[in-house]
Amino acid sequence: MIVTKQKAFEAILKELDGMEKVFLVGCGDCATLCETGGEEQVKEMAERLTSEGKTVTGSVVLEVGCHELDAKKEFRAHKEEIDSADALLVMSCGAGCQSARAGVEKPVFPANDTLFLGNVLRYGQFEEKCRLCGDCLLDITGAICPVTRCHKGILNGPCGGTNEGKCEVDPEKDCAWTLIYQQLEREGKLEKMKAYQPPKNWNTVLKPGRHVIERKRGGDAGE
Amino acid sequence: MQVSNMDKVFEELKVKHAKPSIKEILDSGKFLVTGEIGPPKGPDITEMIEHIDLLKDKVHAMNITDNQSSVMRYPSLATAILIKERGGEPNLQITCRDRNRLAIEADLLFAYTRGIRSVLCLTGDSIPVGDHKDAKPVFDLESVQLLNLIRSLEDGKDLGGNELNEPVKFFKGAIVTPEANPLEPQLIKFEKKVEAGAEWFQTQAIYDMDHFAKFMKIARQYPVKIQAGLVLLVSAGMAKYMNKNVPGVFVPDKLIDELASAEKGKSIDVGIKIMARQIKQIREEGLADGVHIMAIGKEDVVPRILEEAEIDINEL
Repeated sequence: MIVTKQKAFEAILKELDGMEKVFLVGCGDCATLCETGGEEQVKEMAERLTSEGKTVTGSVVLEVGCHELDAKKEFRAHKEEIDSADALLVMSCGAGCQSARAGVEKPVFPANDTLFLGNVLRYGQFEEKCRLCGDCLLDITGAICPVTRCHKGILNGPCGGTNEGKCEVDPEKDCAWTLIYQQLEREGKLEKMKAYQPPKNWNTVLKPGRHVIERKRGGDAGE
Repeated sequence: MQVSNMDKVFEELKVKHAKPSIKEILDSGKFLVTGEIGPPKGPDITEMIEHIDLLKDKVHAMNITDNQSSVMRYPSLATAILIKERGGEPNLQITCRDRNRLAIEADLLFAYTRGIRSVLCLTGDSIPVGDHKDAKPVFDLESVQLLNLIRSLEDGKDLGGNELNEPVKFFKGAIVTPEANPLEPQLIKFEKKVEAGAEWFQTQAIYDMDHFAKFMKIARQYPVKIQAGLVLLVSAGMAKYMNKNVPGVFVPDKLIDELASAEKGKSIDVGIKIMARQIKQIREEGLADGVHIMAIGKEDVVPRILEEAEIDINEL
């Protein structure tokens, strides 16, 4: 899921400077789990903005904030509330904010900072394990990603900053290469770690990424 | 066959080698003694030049750190050329933190044309430990890939697979941490560095000679030369700090006590004595092929350390 954190309220007010009427957009998926864009947070934001003298013309919590077609559909259903607003405040991730951008012509502002693609460890606790590099190498690293989980993202073993299995930049964090070593040792596959990994292709996906699922011609399940 | 133009290039750029290269020293079987120059924060390089002049005839070569500890400083490459111009022998440190593969390749071409013959390949410290905490870390490559990159340039090809008009040639160095904990992953990396073309190693600071001797038994199985890295201890406090904060460095209690027993203001003298003693031991017992002395800001005492260690590089 996409992990988000709400910006400081003062920063949000600064974004909305000169915008008296605001329409709020939440996200029923990731931002709801991150408590940054669910029904509850949207309601709370409406109250805080109202107490600051702003008018909240309405709100919607999209099923999934980054689904542009759904967003457009929902925005049509809230046309009057949106038309009467000076701006939209989007309580979703950066992708959700930009799906709102694609759906309206009004000014759009983010309420959240987007942090990373995160695993949910338990409710309210997230950890980054995949950096979406476009060239998965988990097959050779015991399913532990050094590109993401090593601070430097290096590919040929631990750096000199590792100590007792921890990372020098944050002793709370495990050294990915120590974890990889331990896992491959358990599997009896240390030769995978000993094999040289050449410089990574950072452009397997030409940025900005675009992907279209290839459909079989004629829609026939056979050949 | 095309005749090499490199001699003409070196002649045009007035490249002179006043000193033997690190490779020549090691090949001759001499005990290699290197020092280190840490470039300053800012363009006033007068003190650094004093240090270069002080050390250039006392050590075989000088490492030049590359934005050491992720702190922005005068460039290592510029300093390496300066050392060359002043009649010393530089050992250029290159890290992968601040430059991508294009920038590193270009720097290596430049270094080669200016007579730089030895390169120490490092991954580099992480950005958050330094003084530009908001900077984008590069790490397009790391140390093993950097070694391989140089080997590719030596084969006349860049990392894009394109032909160079002339190949380069460097003596390729790397580092290893004998006190790493756990040691096994570090040893795998050491082996990968050797396979990637590392010809000699400098170790992270070592203080425990018995432990170092054990490490060397493993390291001696590989066809590479190894210099023991020594960091000058200036006080018991510094030793304790390093034990607590510098990964892969372990100062035994015995040495800390020795530093603590020094008269007020004299602990650096004890530090000098300790290092001189260790250099002597490493040399006499043949524990390593040389030493790399890191005085970290106290370059002016290096001649004294060498004197106490009874080392005169002209008489080795």
